[in-house]
Amino acid sequence: MNTSDNNELYGLLAEFPGPEPLVQATAQVYAAGYRRLDAYAPMPVEGLAEAMNFRRTSMPLIVLIGGIIGGLSGYLLQYWVAVIEYPVNVGGRPLHSWPAFIPITFETTILLGTFAGVFGMLALNGLPRPHHPLFGVAQFKRASRDGFFLCVETSDRKFSLDQTRDLLTAAGAIEVIDVPR
Amino acid sequence: MPDSTTTLRPPLVTGDKTLSDVTRDICEPMARRPTALWWGAFSISVAALLMGVVAVTYQIATGIGVWGLNKTVGWAFDITNFVFWVGIGHAGTLISAVLFLFRQKWRTAVNRAAEAMTLFAVMCAGIFPLIHMGRPWLAFWMMPYPNTRGPLWVNFKSPLLWDVFAISTYLLISAVFWYVGLLPDLATIRDRSAPGWRRRIFSLLCLGWDGSARTWHRYETVYLLLAGLATPLVFSVHTIVSMDFATAVIPGWHATIFPPYFVAGAIFSGLAMVLTLMIIARKVMSLEDYITPMHIDRMCKLMLSMGCLVGLAYGTEFFIAFYGGNGFEQFVFLNRAFGPFAWAYWTMVVCNVGIPQLLWFRRVRASLPLVFVIAIVVNIGMWFERFVIIVTSLHRDFLPSSWAGYAPTIVEIATFIGSFGLFFTCFLIFCRIAPVIAIAEVKGAAHLKKPHAPQRESGAEKAA
Repeated sequence: MNTSDNNELYGLLAEFPGPEPLVQATAQVYAAGYRRLDAYAPMPVEGLAEAMNFRRTSMPLIVLIGGIIGGLSGYLLQYWVAVIEYPVNVGGRPLHSWPAFIPITFETTILLGTFAGVFGMLALNGLPRPHHPLFGVAQFKRASRDGFFLCVETSDRKFSLDQTRDLLTAAGAIEVIDVPR
Repeated sequence: MPDSTTTLRPPLVTGDKTLSDVTRDICEPMARRPTALWWGAFSISVAALLMGVVAVTYQIATGIGVWGLNKTVGWAFDITNFVFWVGIGHAGTLISAVLFLFRQKWRTAVNRAAEAMTLFAVMCAGIFPLIHMGRPWLAFWMMPYPNTRGPLWVNFKSPLLWDVFAISTYLLISAVFWYVGLLPDLATIRDRSAPGWRRRIFSLLCLGWDGSARTWHRYETVYLLLAGLATPLVFSVHTIVSMDFATAVIPGWHATIFPPYFVAGAIFSGLAMVLTLMIIARKVMSLEDYITPMHIDRMCKLMLSMGCLVGLAYGTEFFIAFYGGNGFEQFVFLNRAFGPFAWAYWTMVVCNVGIPQLLWFRRVRASLPLVFVIAIVVNIGMWFERFVIIVTSLHRDFLPSSWAGYAPTIVEIATFIGSFGLFFTCFLIFCRIAPVIAIAEVKGAAHLKKPHAPQRESGAEKAA
């Protein structure tokens, strides 16, 4: 019965009256075995990502790798220029005068670490994204103001239009909305 | 939000706001037509900016001989202005990164505007060394790239090149930090706008932000990491600026105290500029509930502590000149305090060390007009600090026969005023097109009234 619906629907969107009810409902729906779900809030809500067992991100690793690449390339560029490509003998001082290379190495480390972090965050979040099925739901506009939503996607193995709707209502949803694809 | 401190600490947002009140209060001034006050300020700023454009065009076309520099005083007004603006640019990152790491939640009211201010101040700062090059159209020569001039490489051992890297990194990272912070708020504006060009623009700018829990989780992680990276950056930038001076052998510049001294001064001047702008903005944009006297009070305390650090540095410099026993160093400091530029020196001391001491008094910190005046005084004092450091150290050098004076020409003054024009023009435009307060951050940090039960009362009761 739900197969035909599933093709036209992206999922079910449930609205909750506040951050705490949303966290509770998310934990409840997750505990019921649903995995393809996401919660939407106008601000970061403590415990929300944890409620759907989303704890670890690879962001720190991405920033670390970006920083290391930045630092190494900054230092090696200076080394290559000062020692190999364009050596200048100033009163017999060593060509590889590493303390003088530190400030620029530091700056390039920070620069590439930050860029890796920002672009990595955007990429992992799937941004920029011109369209999302949720943007078609009129109520979803409030997700950036004062609306707290939980969306269970039809692609979830456990998804069944009636049961999922009942579960969301039982979890305290004010309203459950069909999200067209 | 369970928090035992709620009753002890003053609220971050006054006026019993709900989440949608916050959105409305911050977004509405942008949708309204600009007030006469805004137009007035904008016309003055643009006039100043145009004057600067004329002055810059003239000096680039003629050559920087139109400045008041001479063989002895080779750095003066332009480098003073450069350091002045870079310094102002430090408060933004201090507030957005350092205070973030210290979990100072009150920063949410001011960080957006402070970051914007940083961006514009660093832009203003960049203009001066560019013009000083004499041939600014060859500015790209400062970048290390394989070229047809030999190839001729830049000198990586020069603090002046470190400065190029530090300032451009700082500008890029301030811009990125600011934009990342803006994303959720741009989505808020997108969702508030009626379908049309405005909505389309904000849809593009917010990159399709949807506020999902996973997005927020990564966003918060990366914000924390960026704050961790930007914190050493903010200290490094003015440290490197100070090395432009400290690595030279000029008495009065060649001092190990310079990096911390410059960083404290930068944060001091930056906070003064943030206070100046915030006291105006909260009135003009009716944001009194978000930028409360509590916020002003905290920034005053921070400014006072930085002012005391700067005062300590002034004292230390004098002591080391005496204790170090170097005759040239002693002469420079005596010449600073009692020589031809004594008026500038004492202006600096009074403005930076004397007058800010009034901030010890709670009643002074609570009086916005007084705080405003003190912040302006500090801005002036910090400009004079850089002028004193640069000009008094140079104008009487080792050889009395080469001693010289310095006075700025009208072109230099016009350029300086023009940089203020650029700064305020950018800031006023920013106030019109972006939320001046980080909406999502305020919502997350402040203990707002419970989100009002949405339209369907029965549903809300069922949920409870």
